[in-house]
Amino acid sequence: MLPIEVKKMIVSVVGHENFDDSKAGCLVYSYDATPQFQAMPHAVVSPRDTAEIASIVKICSKYKIPLVPRGSGTNLCAGTCPTHGGIVMLFKHMNKILEIDEENLTVTVQPGVITQDLILAVEEKNLFYPPDPSSMKISTIGGNINENSGGLRGLKYGVTRDYVMALEIILPNGDIIRTGGKLAKDVAGYDLTRLFVGSEGTLGIISEATLKLIPMPETKQTMLALYQDLEAAAKSVSKIIAHKIIPATLEFLDQPTLEAVEDFAKVGLPTNVKAVLLIEQDGPPDLVEKHISLIAEICRQNEAVSVQIAQNEVEANALMTARRSALSALARLKPTTILEDATVPRSEIANMVRAINEIAEKYNVNICTFGHAGDGNLHPTCPTDSRNQEEIERV
Amino acid sequence: MTALEEKYAIQTGFRERMDEDELLNCMRCGFCLPACPTYITSGYDEAQSPRGRIALMKAVRDGMIEWDDDVDRSLGLCLGCRACEPVCPAGVKYGHLLEEARDIIQDYKNLSLPVNTIRKAIFQGLFPHQDRMQTVTGLLGFYQKSGLQTIVRKIGFMKLFPVHLASMEQILPKVPSKKDMMNRPRYLEPAGEKCARVGFFSGCLMETMFMDTNNSTLKLLQLAGCEIIIPKDQSCCGALHGHSGEKQGSIELAKKNIQAFEELNVDYIITNAGGCGAFLIDYHHLLSGDPEWAERARQFTEKIKDFTEILVDLDFHKKAELKLDHQIVTYQDSCHLRNVMKTFSAPRLLLSRINGITFKEMKDAGSCCGSAGIYNIVEPEMSMRILDTKMGHTKASCADTVVTANPGCLLQMKLGIVREGMSDQMEAVHIADLLLEAVQ
Repeated sequence: MLPIEVKKMIVSVVGHENFDDSKAGCLVYSYDATPQFQAMPHAVVSPRDTAEIASIVKICSKYKIPLVPRGSGTNLCAGTCPTHGGIVMLFKHMNKILEIDEENLTVTVQPGVITQDLILAVEEKNLFYPPDPSSMKISTIGGNINENSGGLRGLKYGVTRDYVMALEIILPNGDIIRTGGKLAKDVAGYDLTRLFVGSEGTLGIISEATLKLIPMPETKQTMLALYQDLEAAAKSVSKIIAHKIIPATLEFLDQPTLEAVEDFAKVGLPTNVKAVLLIEQDGPPDLVEKHISLIAEICRQNEAVSVQIAQNEVEANALMTARRSALSALARLKPTTILEDATVPRSEIANMVRAINEIAEKYNVNICTFGHAGDGNLHPTCPTDSRNQEEIERV
Repeated sequence: MTALEEKYAIQTGFRERMDEDELLNCMRCGFCLPACPTYITSGYDEAQSPRGRIALMKAVRDGMIEWDDDVDRSLGLCLGCRACEPVCPAGVKYGHLLEEARDIIQDYKNLSLPVNTIRKAIFQGLFPHQDRMQTVTGLLGFYQKSGLQTIVRKIGFMKLFPVHLASMEQILPKVPSKKDMMNRPRYLEPAGEKCARVGFFSGCLMETMFMDTNNSTLKLLQLAGCEIIIPKDQSCCGALHGHSGEKQGSIELAKKNIQAFEELNVDYIITNAGGCGAFLIDYHHLLSGDPEWAERARQFTEKIKDFTEILVDLDFHKKAELKLDHQIVTYQDSCHLRNVMKTFSAPRLLLSRINGITFKEMKDAGSCCGSAGIYNIVEPEMSMRILDTKMGHTKASCADTVVTANPGCLLQMKLGIVREGMSDQMEAVHIADLLLEAVQ
């Protein structure tokens, strides 16, 4: 329990309705999407503005109470699990898009804005916010910044870090600072903005962000390349890049992952092949056309048994949505999914796939692999059962 | 039982009866959150989300926290719409977890005497007995004509319907006479060439208060070439019981219904109420632990189909000429029809084939209207907030006609129209009634 005087002070800042230290209220903020992590906070607090955050930070600082800012709790690194108790801070009141600046191509938001809501709002103005983590339908921008989230479009467009231009931050002593700005060129002094991106709330609490937007690509095309050999698929990835083509998306899914995803999404993914590459290119129509046919040719030359191009946007979106469900769908196999997040230079992706298979054999564990092959970033995932201690050890 | 004993009993019930594997299947990715009406309406309160509710069930089961009023509140506020299930990549059967948890709580919770009496009257005394349903509905007809509302209130019947009697009086359909209800034919010939032999599940409310809609459905099925058997011994589907923690009651009704249909040699068992259909199609789960009934239940559930599906299967929409005066029509999904029976394209296809109308999809048509069985009576505040959001989307579609596929949704949408003061501009109808009107 929090000391009574601390509770009183916090309630006087946010009001009773935004302070919860009930058992049930705390339990539902004792976890995020990370397996095997759960710890009870002492209270859950929902500030309504920057000043309230600053007041709470000051109180926590004075009484040495851990403070964990939390968006929707979809991260996979226990970044929002209150492992040392204390206070979980929610941003459900701070979820407004403050401004879309069409002259400077920026959007300014509060941390609680849902990623997909932001993406849709700027797309209405024909602008593009590329970072698209798999959880974007519910993840928040504050969470994305704190985790430096990537996504399916990361290969061509980069990750959240590449789009954060300015931040408002509350430091541990309660001071409110602003970093960066709307400047297209902003080179003087320390790059504090970048320091805070991906800091998981360890350096301060982000209360506002200005993000970079780019013009919406004119068109896009999506395709699947099917393989009976994992390494051939991996090799195609480096070959595509070596041909100086950077697709927007270049994802890898192996057979067990395909089976689990298809079982859920039922979009017609092939389950009789060892691996597929899910590839998307966007841009001007003629360039997209040219790139897609070139990629198809490269895939065929590298032992793709078949290449299928999505016939329309509905089909393309269904494929991308299905891919986003991969990790959760693997929970169909076994209840606990231990996901790794390993990256190698993309020229080494075939070696990595080989190494994963060797590791699976050596430790006698089941590993399903999917991920952002184009970035050299794969998610070898072990479906296991947290109740089976012996297997968990091997995993 | 003292409060402490009650707490302990519920905790033990959770430990012994909650399915640990199913609880563990939730890997907490949060993909269900955006689909949950109570999570969104409560302003993103995790305790009002499927992930939060499963975490609470698991924590009570594991002894991490005690069962208390807050846990009870969280589980109680769930609509049971099951919108979280189709979006769950891990395939967690949330509905089954919720029903089991509610049944455990109901078994051990100390209810006040009046609450217990009302529950007993409704769940044991009324719904399982079609003759009593007819009598009560007959009384409602008498009430509608004579204004004897005290009688109706006393027997608790009106408590089954949303909010206050005042609003309800405007939206309840004109009920059939008791004679009509009792003289239901048991066999109907197909209108033309016979294409299928079907059993018709009448439903308790549908066969009394909404008898006209049942008549429309039967006529449509006949026109589509169905030979129809309407077994007399069928009963209420048990959904209201199952969703309210009265599992034993629903098991008895399930057995009665399986018995009523299993010897009929029909190709399909047809329903026209999403709420009933979804419960019927779950009978094999309800009876999975009973060796004598498990296989019989499986055979029963395999035949369950919404009438819109069979109309499409039999090409009714291609053969019949459907025409109505010009109007904008929108469709509000029944949650259970969509999320459990997975029927959502058939009704839309049928509507789009009606000449003269413009079909316009409303935003979030698949999201709950807040009716949810008896939810709008026991949780009026949340229910009305959800309804207000729904009415916003309905109005934005500029619809003249809102089509639904379940009696609860129909009443709720009618109530929404009254609340918005739009009774002279907008109408809510059951899809069977609109389709039949379009044929004639």
